[in-house]
Amino acid sequence: MSDLIDDPQPGENAPEFTVSEISGALKKTIEGAFGRVRVRGEVGRVMLARSGHLYFDVKDDRSVLAAVSWKGQVSRLSIKPEEGMEVIVTGKLTTFGSQSKYQLNVDDVVVAGEGALMAMLEKRKKTLAAEGLFAPERKKKLPFLPEVIGVVTSPSGAVIRDILHRLRDRFPRKVLIWPVAVQGEACAPQVAAAIEGFNRMQPGGALPRPDLLIVARGGGSIEDLWGFNEEIVARAAAASDIPLISAVGHETDTTLIDFVSDLRAPTPTAAAEHAVPVRMELLAWTEEQGTRLTRSLEQALTQRGQRLRDLSRALPRPEALLDNPRQRLDTASHKLPSALRHVAQSGRVKLTEASAGLRPRVLTARLAPMRDRLNMAGARLDPDRITDANKRRTVEITGLSARLDRAFLANTKRHEDRLTSLERMRQTLGYTETLKRGYAVVRGDGDVVTSQAAAAKAKALEIEFADGRLALDGAGTSAVKPIKPATKPKPKKDAPDQGSLF
Amino acid sequence: MSDKPVGEMSFEEAMRALEAVVGQLERGDVALEDSIKLYERGAELKARCETKLKEAEEKVAAITLDPNGTPIGATPVEGL
Repeated sequence: MSDLIDDPQPGENAPEFTVSEISGALKKTIEGAFGRVRVRGEVGRVMLARSGHLYFDVKDDRSVLAAVSWKGQVSRLSIKPEEGMEVIVTGKLTTFGSQSKYQLNVDDVVVAGEGALMAMLEKRKKTLAAEGLFAPERKKKLPFLPEVIGVVTSPSGAVIRDILHRLRDRFPRKVLIWPVAVQGEACAPQVAAAIEGFNRMQPGGALPRPDLLIVARGGGSIEDLWGFNEEIVARAAAASDIPLISAVGHETDTTLIDFVSDLRAPTPTAAAEHAVPVRMELLAWTEEQGTRLTRSLEQALTQRGQRLRDLSRALPRPEALLDNPRQRLDTASHKLPSALRHVAQSGRVKLTEASAGLRPRVLTARLAPMRDRLNMAGARLDPDRITDANKRRTVEITGLSARLDRAFLANTKRHEDRLTSLERMRQTLGYTETLKRGYAVVRGDGDVVTSQAAAAKAKALEIEFADGRLALDGAGTSAVKPIKPATKPKPKKDAPDQGSLF
Repeated sequence: MSDKPVGEMSFEEAMRALEAVVGQLERGDVALEDSIKLYERGAELKARCETKLKEAEEKVAAITLDPNGTPIGATPVEGL
């Protein structure tokens, strides 16, 4: 080959591509060679862009695959990829020329393996349990006989048929079916919306509000049932005011809704059995109650009738009640006359006994000594003796009175005599008698003057004679010579005028 | 005994009341006049129960939804 082309430059003959041309060629090659692929790996970094596109990595221990879901695809993903989640992503392998990058355009994400799914379910269960949504006291009592039953399930299929059959057998009721997808991405939002929708119905509205809900689905793989493990379904069931029975899958399948429902039925058929009682049994029960009602009333009447008969038999005849008292009356009335006689007789005996000692002679005998004592006392009572005593005392009083008069007069006379002699003596002793004998009394300024010195001092002198007084002016004149000392006058004794005693 | 008129009782209420009446009558400690009244009430309750049981009628309808998932009506379902 080399001799046909001289001096070849490596790559000289190869056509030249522009970057975009090669990028486009690569895109075409990759998309053509792989088409849709399923890739299993662990979710790495996840980024939801503001545009709504979701970018994430799927990786294993050696390589990383960039993955992207466009905005429209994201809402249809049954599972939102979370970091660390083991998934199988499905999509178209393509390139992103702007960054020289190949990537997988993902339109479906499923959790890889049951273990991973169960781990996720456990995580959700823990969250809801922590919120108390599984608490037994939250469970509502199912109505004994619901009037309207709302069923959330697929309108076609065995499940609704099973439920309706069983209801028909037991107790035909009004049933409202809210059709939902029971698997796939639409399942969870539709089921949640159906539960909420039934709760929003008002009693008496266009559609009758159910008083019991059944959420049912037949058996399937864990992926098929996954919608009932979604949080929105569990939360809608927990929030339901209408009592709710969950019946999802077979007996061994337990989904998240089973934990929050008011009753978990193992199968849809069992849900119908829990929903309504058996009509025939209730009819029989009612019939029996009627029988018991009648029987017990009859029995009440019979028993009372019997008791009445028993009692009236035990009741004595009215005559019998009177027999005994009547006999007592007879006996008493027989005894009455003799008893009266007896009382009279015994009275008479007592009277006789009492009157026996009552005789006039006895009384007279007792009166005699009393009369004697009276006579004796009367004899001592003499008026003459009293008069004599009175006379004697009058004489005594008269004598005494005369003596009293005499003694009094004598006494008075004696006092008069003594008074007269005393007066005489007084007159003899008085200074006036001395004056009569020629003496005089000199007074200076009112007082008796007995010395010459005293007389000289006095301003006025007065001389008393037997026949009167003479006043001297110019007292103190030494020319006057005292003749003789004045006789000291006797103090004037005014003898009290002793009045007569009579 | 509840004061609710018998005609307004649900089946369950009528059933409980009937049970109570029968129990009372069967104990036999009720005065005769009262037991007659009780019997009459029992008969009324039994009739109510029977009425509710005879009302058993199957009617199945499926809700029709608009594209937004809002119920707009119901169509009868038959043949299931």
